[in-house]
Amino acid sequence: MTRFVATTVASFLLYLFLTTASGAVGLWSLEELALGVLLALIVAALTRDVLKGDWVRLLSPRRCALLVIYLVGPFFWAMAKANLDVAYRVITGRIKPGIVRISPKLTNDASITLLANSITLTPGTLSVEVEEKTNDLYVHWINVDESVLAQTPRDYTLICGGFPEWARRIAG
Amino acid sequence: MSWLPAVVFLGVCIAIALVRVAIGPTVPDRIVGLDTVNTIVVVAMVLLGAAFREVIYIDVAIVYALLSFVATLFIAKYIEKGKF
Amino acid sequence: MLDIITYVLIGIGLFFNLMAGVGLLRFPDFYTRLHAGTKCTTFGSIFLIGAVVLQSVAAWIDGGWGSPDSVLALHAAIALAAILVTNPTGAHAIARAGHRSGIKPVQAVVDDLEDAKFND
Repeated sequence: MTRFVATTVASFLLYLFLTTASGAVGLWSLEELALGVLLALIVAALTRDVLKGDWVRLLSPRRCALLVIYLVGPFFWAMAKANLDVAYRVITGRIKPGIVRISPKLTNDASITLLANSITLTPGTLSVEVEEKTNDLYVHWINVDESVLAQTPRDYTLICGGFPEWARRIAG
Repeated sequence: MSWLPAVVFLGVCIAIALVRVAIGPTVPDRIVGLDTVNTIVVVAMVLLGAAFREVIYIDVAIVYALLSFVATLFIAKYIEKGKF
Repeated sequence: MLDIITYVLIGIGLFFNLMAGVGLLRFPDFYTRLHAGTKCTTFGSIFLIGAVVLQSVAAWIDGGWGSPDSVLALHAAIALAAILVTNPTGAHAIARAGHRSGIKPVQAVVDDLEDAKFND
């Protein structure tokens, strides 16, 4: 039931974003609001069997606030550094690639998705494959640091910094 | 504001990416080029919408972004020799 | 003042999109090209669409609460969100498909994934 309500509210909010400046009730006309509620209910009813799992707990205000702080703070900074780094390597052509395996020890799908997408967009790394039993990630690294190769499992602080801790806090 | 020179410049970027689509050498290489072209086309559509003050360009861009994502997933699944 | 900020944002965005194109041509293998093609276009589109959002929010403030410029700003923001969510996911799918179809990283110093056996 909470899943149904959450899907309805999310669909309705997206509909509101897409139909601004249509009338006098706030920014919307009465017809648009009524149609929006109707369509949101239809979407929620149709996707009830698809959206399974306990994802509603991810919508708590604390997790959402942490996600926003993460995105505008450490994530955006790392992304800026990553792009300057890639631009530098495009110009100079100085690369030393390799695929390394890291074990961030995350336990659920939402946090591993967040971590994999963060890794793809940040310094010199690109997630290639996830092992579903242990949630280990295989990461393509554009400039491998030889000191990491001495031990297995690899030390992930050089690859993705504090991101696993953030992913655990936001979605763990 | 003059947005159109930026759109022309993005057209040059698309042309460069299309060179990679044309010369390959492997199929995944071409898909990387295609994915890049898709993203730049979405951005160019948003800029055109701002240039002509027409929202319809941006609506098309949203739909294009989502559909090109689905297309990328399908091609990836195809070259993976996996089951659909 | 607003126009200057917008032009700076457009300049940064165009630079990174150009880097994506040049990187696609210059890098030696599939994985490194994916680095250039994904990261640089995503970062470039943040700045370019950010410039559009900035201009239309300014026009929205000028035109009053119910002005049609709100549509431009919100729809551009939704397009940016779509790009931000779909781009890394698509890159992940392509990388995985490339590795499973047998492409090896060129000049690699280490390949843990090749050593692990994937049966499915």
